[in-house]
Amino acid sequence: MLFSALTIISKWAIPLLLLFIPLYGFFKKVPVYESFVAGAEEGFSTAVKIIPFLVGMMIAISVFRASGAMEYIALLLNPLTAKIGAPAEILPLALMRPLSGSAVLGMASELMRIYGPDSFIGRLASVMQGTTDTTFFVLTIYFGSVGIKKYRYAVFTGLSADVTGFIASLYICNLLFR
Amino acid sequence: MLNIVWLLLLSSGIIIAAINGNIEVVTEAALGAAQSAVKVCFDLIGVMALWLGIMKIAEQGGLIKSLAKLVRPIMIRFFPSVPSEHPAMGAIILNISANMLGLGNAATPMGMKAMQELQVLNNNSEEASEAMCTFLALNTSCITLIPATIIGVRLSFGTANPTEIVGPCIFATGMAMTIAMSLDYWFRKKSRWGVKK
Repeated sequence: MLFSALTIISKWAIPLLLLFIPLYGFFKKVPVYESFVAGAEEGFSTAVKIIPFLVGMMIAISVFRASGAMEYIALLLNPLTAKIGAPAEILPLALMRPLSGSAVLGMASELMRIYGPDSFIGRLASVMQGTTDTTFFVLTIYFGSVGIKKYRYAVFTGLSADVTGFIASLYICNLLFR
Repeated sequence: MLNIVWLLLLSSGIIIAAINGNIEVVTEAALGAAQSAVKVCFDLIGVMALWLGIMKIAEQGGLIKSLAKLVRPIMIRFFPSVPSEHPAMGAIILNISANMLGLGNAATPMGMKAMQELQVLNNNSEEASEAMCTFLALNTSCITLIPATIIGVRLSFGTANPTEIVGPCIFATGMAMTIAMSLDYWFRKKSRWGVKK
């Protein structure tokens, strides 16, 4: 019930914003089309500004991913994570979560194809995919768009949230779906 | 910290590829990533232009400022360094709401707008401000009420119950958000004690 209400809201949100904001602007005597174009102009420069940051970050992540380093780390961590109820199959996904959204989506789909979406692993993969964000991608894009090069403690905070999300997903899935 | 992370990802990748005997993947991965990064940015241009255009109308109509005024009582706790009723607050709340509804396309440009406003307050420094760190902690750990992508994947593999994961997702994200916000608060306090130059 609540969920279908939310689905309706998310379906209507964008059309309504596109209707409401220009109408509101018009009544406030904003030259709506001119303002729109002035704002849209920034779209190009903002996107171009992000390029060097994203190139740098994606090269490092992509090389790391292609090398197979992830499997070694997963192997190394497995004895530890098995103790808190994490199946070995899920570990590469958890490690990849902060780095690459598309990679994780691929991994989650693969796990669901092999084990089924309603298996423990399938559900756990779904929860992890739906839980935290691709921290490095978000930080790179957001900071890059305004030319920030020193991220200070933002990386640490973001990664701590990812680790917490991983442990909390494990806990809740073990509780509900085991 | 980012310098170290970046170097570790890159160098460990190359060394392990060499040990594994497939050094040729490195070149391919690096070049491919460079190209797809540019492609991602170019794909962003359209959606960015659309939302930054709409946001400009909202800004000039005073809508963002009214929104900032509306959410002031909550936001002031998270962003003590941002003047109350500053347009940044309005852009931040739009970004977070779009994120929660799973409207990633609209959320990113609104987030860029918020970052621009925060960067003005930051005197165009190359170093992240406290408010930016808080905003990104909030953004990356924010609850998605409708994880549409993963629900779609579950459906495509024939799940009996596509939405059963929503509750657990909200629980896990809630925990992540609590930790992120607490850590951020701690760092903010710490840096006020003189770490900042």
